[in-house]
Amino acid sequence: MWLSYVLIGSVRALLGATPRWVGSKPEQRQRIYFANHTSHIDTVAIWSALTPDLRAKTRTAAAADYWGSSALKRTIALKALNAVLIDRKRTDPQADPLGPLHEVLDAGQSVIIFPEGTRQPQPLPGAFKSGLYHLAQRFPDVELIPVYLDNLHRSMPKGTYLPVPLICTVRFGAPLPRIPEEDKSAFLERARTAVIELAK
Amino acid sequence: MNPSHKLYWLIGGVVVLLVVASAIGRILRVRVKDDNAAAVVDNLNARVRAWWSMVAIFAAAFLLGRNATIAMFALISFFALREFLTLTPTKIGDHRALSVAFFVLIPVQYLLIATNWYGLFSIFIPVYGFLFLPSISVLAHDTEHFLERSAKIQWGLMIAVYCISHVPALLLLQIPGYAGETPLLMFYLILVVQMSDVLQYVFGKLFGRTKIAPVVSPSKTVEGFVGGAASATLIGAAMWWITPFTPLQSAGMAFAIVLMGFLGGLVLSAVKRSLGAKDWGSMIEGHGGVMDRMDSVSFAAPIFFHATRYFFT
Repeated sequence: MWLSYVLIGSVRALLGATPRWVGSKPEQRQRIYFANHTSHIDTVAIWSALTPDLRAKTRTAAAADYWGSSALKRTIALKALNAVLIDRKRTDPQADPLGPLHEVLDAGQSVIIFPEGTRQPQPLPGAFKSGLYHLAQRFPDVELIPVYLDNLHRSMPKGTYLPVPLICTVRFGAPLPRIPEEDKSAFLERARTAVIELAK
Repeated sequence: MNPSHKLYWLIGGVVVLLVVASAIGRILRVRVKDDNAAAVVDNLNARVRAWWSMVAIFAAAFLLGRNATIAMFALISFFALREFLTLTPTKIGDHRALSVAFFVLIPVQYLLIATNWYGLFSIFIPVYGFLFLPSISVLAHDTEHFLERSAKIQWGLMIAVYCISHVPALLLLQIPGYAGETPLLMFYLILVVQMSDVLQYVFGKLFGRTKIAPVVSPSKTVEGFVGGAASATLIGAAMWWITPFTPLQSAGMAFAIVLMGFLGGLVLSAVKRSLGAKDWGSMIEGHGGVMDRMDSVSFAAPIFFHATRYFFT
């Protein structure tokens, strides 16, 4: 869609959003990319850093209560970014909020998620919610790629509406190894550390 | 020869120079054996390749005319300021001031050149930017490192926008007997600064022994500076026919440009290191960032502008 080219073009012109593949390569594999979350541009930044063929098979998780709240945001999320809306507020207590992501992964596509669940004021990620753990359990063969978004917290921090042009980089790390019978909190802490390691 | 004919010849001359440089790079690449030398030659070739692109962009802007040239320098300022502020620690309280710097001050500074408003051009950033940017930041009620943050933003603006904008500002000068030829003066400035940088690099690589400022800029040597400065001054003198100067005056101007360019390289290298970086960015392969190429220009341009304005208008 033309709007996605406009978004990607403006993010590249303003912020660079250059990819740095530190521990993995831009290969056509099924992956869960998980990143720190500091600004509304994060999704577009990772999106622009992926190669077009990877982008075509990668969908991003977006909060339904924010991205579904107006027709414009909905169009941007669904049409331009090919996002999957996640009901993080659990409006229907019976439904699994991760359900839409299961469908995407079952179909063989990759996903981008922000395991903190919401934007943080500081660059390093806070505690991860359990969504990443459940996805990792359910899809043991999918690669888990940590991603660190550098400088986006300065470019458009929470509470601001205009990005300041600063050079932002998107670092993709090595796949997170699977450890059998690791408990939830240890796994989530290890995943968070993997993102923090990329910040150094 | 009319000015545009001169410009064609000059661009042709630069292209010949690049062809020679590319040929030398090829030959060196075949002849070097050990890994260290090969790395130097690879970097040299990357630099020459980047020069082809830079020359192509500059030539296109020059040939498209006055407004295209001003717009190109506005973009250079934009990228340079972006590199400067990426390395500079700022806080969320500076967000509005930074937006204003990028989206208001840069366009206005270059529109002032396009509309020939010299009076406001020369004070816009040092007076209005200086007073109003911290006034915007202060509204965020964050006093932590307030002076440092405001000072660094202003410093970045002065170098990346105010100083660099003095290159296209040469188009504003009304020099008797030189009407319509000011684009050549811009070409002259850029040629002398960049030849000085290149020749200091070449002389330094060939004969460099004594370091001038090992802590600030390890690659600068006395031999490189003397050889590069002398030959760039001679090139400047030899180019007198595209300027309003006599050959002797042209040598003096070129020497001033070379000296300021050297100081600019040194000062901005120190700034870069104090911000904890080795290169300003990675936009230009082999060179680093835009600021790595514009550091000497930013110091030379205002001095060359005012020297010409004072003595020749």
